[in-house]
Amino acid sequence: MIKVTYVAHDGTETVIEAEEGTSVMQAAVSNDVEGIVGECGGSMMCATCHCYVDEAWEAKTGARSDDEDEMLEGAASEVTERSRLSCQIKLDPSLDGLVVHLPEEQL
Amino acid sequence: MSPERVVIVGAGQGGLQAAISLRQNGFDGAITLIGAEPGLPYQRPPLSKAYLQDGKAEALVLRPASFFESKQVEYLPGSSVLEIDRAAGEVRLDGAGADRRLGYDHLILATGTRNLRPPIDGLELACDLRTLDDAARLREALAGPRRIAVIGGGFIGLEFAAVARKLGHEVSVIEAAPRLMARAVSPAISRHFEDWHRARGVALHLGRAAIGVDATGVSLDDGARVDADFVLLAAGVRPNTELAEAAGLETGNGISVDAQLQSSDPAISALGDCACFPDPRSGAMVRLESVQAATDHARLIATRIAKGACPDYQALPWFWSDQGDQKLQIAGFAGPGATEEVVSEGLVARFDAAGLAAVETVNNARVHMKARKLLGPGGSADFAALKEAIAA
Repeated sequence: MIKVTYVAHDGTETVIEAEEGTSVMQAAVSNDVEGIVGECGGSMMCATCHCYVDEAWEAKTGARSDDEDEMLEGAASEVTERSRLSCQIKLDPSLDGLVVHLPEEQL
Repeated sequence: MSPERVVIVGAGQGGLQAAISLRQNGFDGAITLIGAEPGLPYQRPPLSKAYLQDGKAEALVLRPASFFESKQVEYLPGSSVLEIDRAAGEVRLDGAGADRRLGYDHLILATGTRNLRPPIDGLELACDLRTLDDAARLREALAGPRRIAVIGGGFIGLEFAAVARKLGHEVSVIEAAPRLMARAVSPAISRHFEDWHRARGVALHLGRAAIGVDATGVSLDDGARVDADFVLLAAGVRPNTELAEAAGLETGNGISVDAQLQSSDPAISALGDCACFPDPRSGAMVRLESVQAATDHARLIATRIAKGACPDYQALPWFWSDQGDQKLQIAGFAGPGATEEVVSEGLVARFDAAGLAAVETVNNARVHMKARKLLGPGGSADFAALKEAIAA
């Protein structure tokens, strides 16, 4: 199992454990982490699973793809260098302990 | 006074979203979610796409069982509602909850749609693609080499055709209208997908109605035969309005609701595929089949119930369809009679009397998202602004 910490906009931390291969979006939704919507189910169609990867983890999650970049154009909250669509970050052992921050709003 | 007991009929993505949003809005009364299918509520869009290839049913589940416990949502799978007794404020259940009567202060109808079954001889031989059960059966069928005929050239039929062709099957699509996805997209986008499917070896029979299905294939109205050992029916849907009709609610092309998504009975709302509501832009009554409409409707209804009031519905419709590597996205909604202007290949603007109504893009999420901003609440919905945004 891989540990992920979601830091809500108000600072509340939720720590969950998810199986390898799960996306950061899926892991949040199936553990009832508020602040990730994932309306389209991970098809990269909605930009409602926006997250900011913690600075310490940036190198490990890698850069966002062009497609993600384009969808983030419509994100409800500010897009920064660390913005990702969490449906596109798949959990593997190298991401055990991952920390992501959640935006103020997704819709 | 806010209602104390909310009953939601239909546990698709919209029905579930209503329960989620009620709790997110601080509603602390009783919530009962009634679903006809067994198992936990799941997403339908991947059934004609990713699921057919990866078979991962668990990835479709929208919320785990623990959600229903922690949020105190009573979930009744495998159950349906036989009758709405408006005078008593009750619904009568069938299936797992047989003979139970359930009282409500507010009732949300999220009954969705069912597949349209046109009068075609032998149609019982054709498979549907609507539920997880259907999709699991289709996956089994795709395990060996097949000659497949798809009746219906809309989103679902074409998404399925693209997957089946990619897996190496022989695929024919039969569409009664002269072009693909005619109800949803402009002629230019229809042509784009016509070329794309043909180039991948899908046989398209446009403007031809299927009149008979048998063990060896499908007969068309011009006497031609499409040989097939497997037939998928994907000829559209009809809204499940019977419960509402029997209860004397106003219905048309769906359960009629106002801009607050309230039916002709203020204690009953309707959402998603089964609801016919005033399009915020034109005021015309529309019924949309999309995740976006289902969940945006659900959020509005939940806010209204929990807070006592909310602004009128104004969300911008958007749609998507993945056909192979072609990602079609539509921002806005163009009714019948809309004109088109092709900006470039795979980028079409559609207009009606009130101006720019919708933007269709293929593999161009950037423009799609810009279009959603322009067409959405507070946007300028202007073609010049769209062209500027495209150039930027």
